[in-house]
Amino acid sequence: MSTIADLHIGEIGYISEESLDFIPLKLLEMGCLPGAEVQLIQLAPLKDPLYICVNGSHLAIRKETAEIIKILKSE
Amino acid sequence: MSKNDIKVALIGNPNTGKTSLFNQLTGLTQKVGNYPGVTVDKKEGTSKLSATQNAIITDLPGTYSINPTSLDESIVLKTLLKKDIKESPDVILVVADVENLKRNLLLFSQIKDLEIPTVLAINMVDQMHRKGISIDLSLLKKELNTEVILISARKNEGIKEIKEAIIRCHVAAKASPLCGINHKIDPDYFHKLKEISPNYTLYELWLMVTQNNFPETITKEEKEKLLAFKQDTSKLKKYQHKETIYRYQEINKILNKTYIVDKTKATDLRGKLDKIFTHKIFGYVLFSFILLVIFQSIFDLASVPMDFIDATFAQISDFTKSNLPKGVLTDLLTEGIIPGIGGVIIFIPQIAILFLFIAILEETGYMSRVVFLMDKIMRRFGMNGKSVIPLISGTACAIPAIMATRTISSWKERLITILVTPFTTCSARLPIYAILIALIIPDKKIFGFLNLQGLVLLSLYALGFASAIIAAYILHKTLKVESKSFFVVEMPNYKLPSMKNVFFDVIEKTKAFVFGAGKIILALSIILWFLASNGGASYKNVEKSVLETAANQHLNEDEIQQKIASKKLENSYIGILGKTIEPAIRPLGYDWKIGIALITSFAAREVFVGTLATIYSVEADDENTTTIKQKMASEVNETGGKLFNFPVGMSLMVFYAFAMQCMATLAIVKRETKSWKWPLIQLFGMAFLAYVCSFLTYQILS
Repeated sequence: MSTIADLHIGEIGYISEESLDFIPLKLLEMGCLPGAEVQLIQLAPLKDPLYICVNGSHLAIRKETAEIIKILKSE
Repeated sequence: MSKNDIKVALIGNPNTGKTSLFNQLTGLTQKVGNYPGVTVDKKEGTSKLSATQNAIITDLPGTYSINPTSLDESIVLKTLLKKDIKESPDVILVVADVENLKRNLLLFSQIKDLEIPTVLAINMVDQMHRKGISIDLSLLKKELNTEVILISARKNEGIKEIKEAIIRCHVAAKASPLCGINHKIDPDYFHKLKEISPNYTLYELWLMVTQNNFPETITKEEKEKLLAFKQDTSKLKKYQHKETIYRYQEINKILNKTYIVDKTKATDLRGKLDKIFTHKIFGYVLFSFILLVIFQSIFDLASVPMDFIDATFAQISDFTKSNLPKGVLTDLLTEGIIPGIGGVIIFIPQIAILFLFIAILEETGYMSRVVFLMDKIMRRFGMNGKSVIPLISGTACAIPAIMATRTISSWKERLITILVTPFTTCSARLPIYAILIALIIPDKKIFGFLNLQGLVLLSLYALGFASAIIAAYILHKTLKVESKSFFVVEMPNYKLPSMKNVFFDVIEKTKAFVFGAGKIILALSIILWFLASNGGASYKNVEKSVLETAANQHLNEDEIQQKIASKKLENSYIGILGKTIEPAIRPLGYDWKIGIALITSFAAREVFVGTLATIYSVEADDENTTTIKQKMASEVNETGGKLFNFPVGMSLMVFYAFAMQCMATLAIVKRETKSWKWPLIQLFGMAFLAYVCSFLTYQILS
């Protein structure tokens, strides 16, 4: 299954329900909820950190965090 | 503060214009104090709500949730859980940004569950139309069961309505929870939790359990029962997750009815700017260019006011000296206190200009992009993208820079940033570098255009940054500090900086320097003055012996006076101290006179130059650098050569680049790390490094 770290710039995915227990509370609180739409906006060099837009919030997160959040890609 | 004043706590997510609102409500009445027991600055101000009613407004640090992940955020929790009548707020004013209302309402829903009267201010409504947003205000008020006010803090719109709402809310003094967390998650569990105490709301008890933060008013028995709930940590974590999801569900339900966004109306300026500012190559080029512009303008803009301050204080000193009766008190005033204050004031222009730039970069939203660009690089060295801001600020003054580390949530990354920030070349090192470079580096151009002296100064800046980075790497590999590193940064929308916010920010940070460093520099100036103007028996006989020998040397009156001053210093307590440490600093190429300057400059580095001026008995107009320079240039060592030759000068510059010669910074590090351990490690570690490097520099070069 893909994670946020697998998105290409501009691509959109949806956070999967099974990620719930792995998403850090702080990210949940910032809107990174299961089912939410997540779009990759920009990558820093070496693909870390990632600049994403999730549930309307624009956030930068590290690759290690992005890798534990599973997503369903939109076809 | 009078008894009838309403205590209002201002809370909101970062980047919601909370600061703008605070500035509008309080204006110039705001001041920075301390929270009792904790060492984070507390911003407070008075607001006139009506003809008869005032409010004391406390600006709490920006946070996304009551559950804290950094030192700044934990203040919010601590303030809200306080049941102390004197401290706890009467009304909470939550600020939300109209564009991110959903996320902002999460914090609002948590606060509402504390059952304290709450007013919600939705800010930046002037942007609503442009962003295609429309709100059903009366329905939203009903659904949230709260006073909701639409405002535009920057345009000063809706401020009057907020003031009225605060009064209404305070009078009504009723409050009800928004999301009863219990029944949706685990009714039994939360029912048992609530039974522990009738004095607290369920959500308060829940916060005490999850955040391990207990108000003083709680009984021992209650606390024990609460601690029992903490046993099953995985359950707590799970329920916290569930709670957050439940809150969002409730918020979504409300917003679906009341908040509509027409996405076709939105413009994508942000996307276009981000393509440039966060670009893999252009992003860094642009950042370097911005840094260059900042440093260039600091030097260009600050020199005029600095020269002015310098001259003014010299005049004040002279004026006082010639108009007050001779005596110890006059000496204390003219040689201790006035130059001491001058030594603090002189740095204000540089510091204020640098913080002006930083404030503008933060206000526009650009700083978050820098954090994004730099995080990976900084992480290699055990720091955080957010460490860039302290490291840049450190080139003005380490004190506000170290305070700026509070937003870093990982303790280890924060600690490393605090420990290495003093390596960056702060403004107090400049006078030392300036005079030494003028003494030992020839004023010529290489390759026809590069000024050699300027190049050396630039290399010293580079040395400062490089040593900060290397020290961070070593600490990263050796420090055994437990801390979980979690990083998330919001990338706020770009906006034009509000000059009012920038102005207040610069004032606040400059004050941190003036009062943080100022007090200590002033106190040490007085102590050093005392040590330099008192001494044992030999000190008292100086005048007599100089006059005796002077008769044979055909000296004029001025020369005799200088000689007395110089000999007095040599025989004063501080002179004795300098001679005592001479054997230790000899291998670095220094004599006892430089030793004195090393000791005195422990108050603050720039004191070095002033002390040398006194030792080399430069006349009263010791502000004239050429005079000090000439005196220093003509000093000879025991072999008859120049004392300030190339090896000694280089060795001294290296020493000041590394040594932790600043009491005020040590005091701040102690305050921020809550122990003497770290400042002492910093002091001795940096002194050791400075000693070894100066030793090598001198031995290799000579």
